[in-house]
Amino acid sequence: MLGYCLKRTLAAVPVMVIVALFVFLLLRLSPGDPAAIIAGDMATPDQLARIREALGLNEPMHIQFFRWSGELLQGNFGTSLMSGMSVTTLMAQRLEPTVSLAIFSMLLSVLVAVPMGVLAAWKHGSLIDRAIMSLSVIGFSVPVFVIGYLLIKLLAIDLGWLPVQGFRRLSEEGPWPFLEHALLPAIMLSTIYIALIARMTRASMLDVLGEDYIRTAHAKGASEKRVLFRHALRNAGVPILEVIGTGFALMITGVVVTESVFNIPGLGRLTVDAILSRDYPVIQGLILVTSGVYVLINLLIDLSYALLDPRIRYQ
Amino acid sequence: MKPLKGLQKGAQGAACALMASAMVSAMPLLATPVQAETVRAVMHSGLRVLDPVATTAHITRDHGYMIFDTLLAMDEKFQPRPQMADWSVSDDGMVYTFTLRDGLKWHDGSDVTASDVVASFQRWAARDGGGQMLMDHVAGIEATDAQTVTLTLSSAFAYVLELMAKPSSIPLFIMPARIADKSPDEMLSVEDQIGSGPFRFVAGDYDPGNRVVYEKFEDYVPRDEPASWLAGGKVVNVDRVEWINMSDAQTALNALNTGEIDFLEAPSVDLLPILQANADIVVDNPNELGSQTMGRLNFLYPPFDNPDIRRAALMALNQTDVLASLVGNPEYYSTCPSMYGCSTPLATDAGAPALLTGKGDVAAAQQLLKDAGYDGTPVVMMQPTDSPTVSPQPVIAAQLMRRAGFTVDLQPMDWQTLVTRRASQQPPDQGGWNMFFTNWALPEVWNPLVNPMLNGRGRDGGWFGWPQDEALEEMREAFARAETDEARKDIAERLQVHAFEQVTYIPLGEYKTPSAWRSDLTGILHAPLPVFWNLSRSR
Repeated sequence: MLGYCLKRTLAAVPVMVIVALFVFLLLRLSPGDPAAIIAGDMATPDQLARIREALGLNEPMHIQFFRWSGELLQGNFGTSLMSGMSVTTLMAQRLEPTVSLAIFSMLLSVLVAVPMGVLAAWKHGSLIDRAIMSLSVIGFSVPVFVIGYLLIKLLAIDLGWLPVQGFRRLSEEGPWPFLEHALLPAIMLSTIYIALIARMTRASMLDVLGEDYIRTAHAKGASEKRVLFRHALRNAGVPILEVIGTGFALMITGVVVTESVFNIPGLGRLTVDAILSRDYPVIQGLILVTSGVYVLINLLIDLSYALLDPRIRYQ
Repeated sequence: MKPLKGLQKGAQGAACALMASAMVSAMPLLATPVQAETVRAVMHSGLRVLDPVATTAHITRDHGYMIFDTLLAMDEKFQPRPQMADWSVSDDGMVYTFTLRDGLKWHDGSDVTASDVVASFQRWAARDGGGQMLMDHVAGIEATDAQTVTLTLSSAFAYVLELMAKPSSIPLFIMPARIADKSPDEMLSVEDQIGSGPFRFVAGDYDPGNRVVYEKFEDYVPRDEPASWLAGGKVVNVDRVEWINMSDAQTALNALNTGEIDFLEAPSVDLLPILQANADIVVDNPNELGSQTMGRLNFLYPPFDNPDIRRAALMALNQTDVLASLVGNPEYYSTCPSMYGCSTPLATDAGAPALLTGKGDVAAAQQLLKDAGYDGTPVVMMQPTDSPTVSPQPVIAAQLMRRAGFTVDLQPMDWQTLVTRRASQQPPDQGGWNMFFTNWALPEVWNPLVNPMLNGRGRDGGWFGWPQDEALEEMREAFARAETDEARKDIAERLQVHAFEQVTYIPLGEYKTPSAWRSDLTGILHAPLPVFWNLSRSR
């Protein structure tokens, strides 16, 4: 197992190098000049040239790349061209809102979707099954911002139960302020994942419910609940886990709309801001970190297969 | 707000799981003073660049006014007034002496001295267009004692005080010498946000593009005169001001409606009826001057290297259609024939074609194009799709110009690509351009010295579009030397006639951006930019 982890980790290194190189080149070849953005409307060409020089943007591309790579190897993601703050500090400021919201949303999704999927499979072909599948189609189909604005209108503006925007850090203000502010965005974020996980759970459960060992379990007198959740769900778990893992990674990297609608200062908004202002070091740092998250989550998913299916061995 | 009681019970379990994620970012606990009077404001943009000398971005200028003070300041009559210093001028008008008032302190507790002023002046003059023009006439500036700064001119220049007091684009903010000594090309950092202004920057709470926090500077001593625009007493009645950036206009509106924020600088005009329906919200125009929208042509390449074709473009366009598309609600826009803005001291309609504020003259434009021998060279027009205040103009302009006979190549792009591409002096088919549109706050265009589009220095030193116009430059120089208001007005009129004749740029009218705030906020100052002194919260 340890050897497998090490091999997978080392295999990620060339992936990360390619990502770093690709992102670096893509940014430099795209239109946009951070110096022009910093200097504003009044800048003369001479002033722009001096700002570029001060930021090191007029150096040959390979020199810029090697300097950045050298800093990365020392664990330094560089400095924001706009704010002058370290990229690490900027990312740390925005990490907690995104990660805590993603965990909360995924917990909500799993707690709602897995029982829904199991129920739909158990009652396969019934009205309940069709209702659950219809709901999941709606979950897929309605854009998340529509759901977000509906939630805000109903629960925040009309009923006044929850705030319309903002975020409170769990680490600073405790669970209740956090939940009060995270509940609506979590519902908005989880809608699509509830639909996805419920469908995957249903399909996977249907696959295993026809297996011999399920019949054996029934024959041995196991309760329906035990058969469904102990025997069937565990064996149907691998694809479900895959969806949950991938969904979690997507939540961390792709919550831009939710963060905008609810004014959450997370990584998504930081990414959009950095792209719009051509803040190269921040964009590069964010893409590297999010790529790393994907690699890590994929590794964790692979490792967790063995927990669900003891026949899986790692070499 | 009524909390969800049922939810509170179940919160504990989930909270335990979430604690793990919270640990990823062990941010320091930043205490807010108990009972502190806090004003939460959503500004027009997030603050990303902290150096008001490095950039002309308005949000950075507004930030500058929170924490830095100015040597002089401009009042509502466009007159320079003493702020940190009083002044005297020698009889021959060549020596200006500025004397700092007593009790000025930096936010770190040290005293403001004349050498700080000299260093700040030099850093400002290296970057600001007005400052550079002033420096062409300055023999020297020095601290003659701890409280006194002497500026000596090398040649007559009548606009010294106006340029030092102007609120845009880069105001003369006074900084500690150790900070102002930095190169103007090296941006100030978070640690450098030490001013002597009415508010103190809270560095620990700064989250670029998301949140900025200011606290009242207890040692600030306001002037005795009543506040007028950016001059007079900056009396702070609140403990703390938070600027919160909300990228979504609807979210900001909802937050103001529910009282989660107190002030919204620039709500969308489309959404104003929602705010106006709420009795707890005031919608008004603290910035009565507003902004001018304009079109700029590239003088370097065909077709606009031909003055007759530029005139055809002027005839084809009109402010009425552009403003209706840009703003929509006539309550918030007005046509204006003056390049200096219609509510400023130099406002004039001299030289402006009446058709600009009417419906244009398509037939005349067609005839002029024909007479000029226009060969159908496409006009490469840049359209920023991500900026609601600049996106509609090119669409309307393209339509009007096509109707007049121009071939228009409308190229969509994001605003940041546009600001990069407009700096290109390459031909339009090699990464250059022919025409773009932008907006200016009126204090940025109100006279020929501050208005960057009325610069005729060509490729080297001119603003994007690069007209080479010696007559224009001579008139600007004469304006700078003119000693009476009448003489200035006369030169400004002649200059505008010339600029319309050459179609130096096309002013496309004025619009106002109303602000909205909770009705318990009182004393919001009318000024060309949002300020947070003078306001109070009534209980």
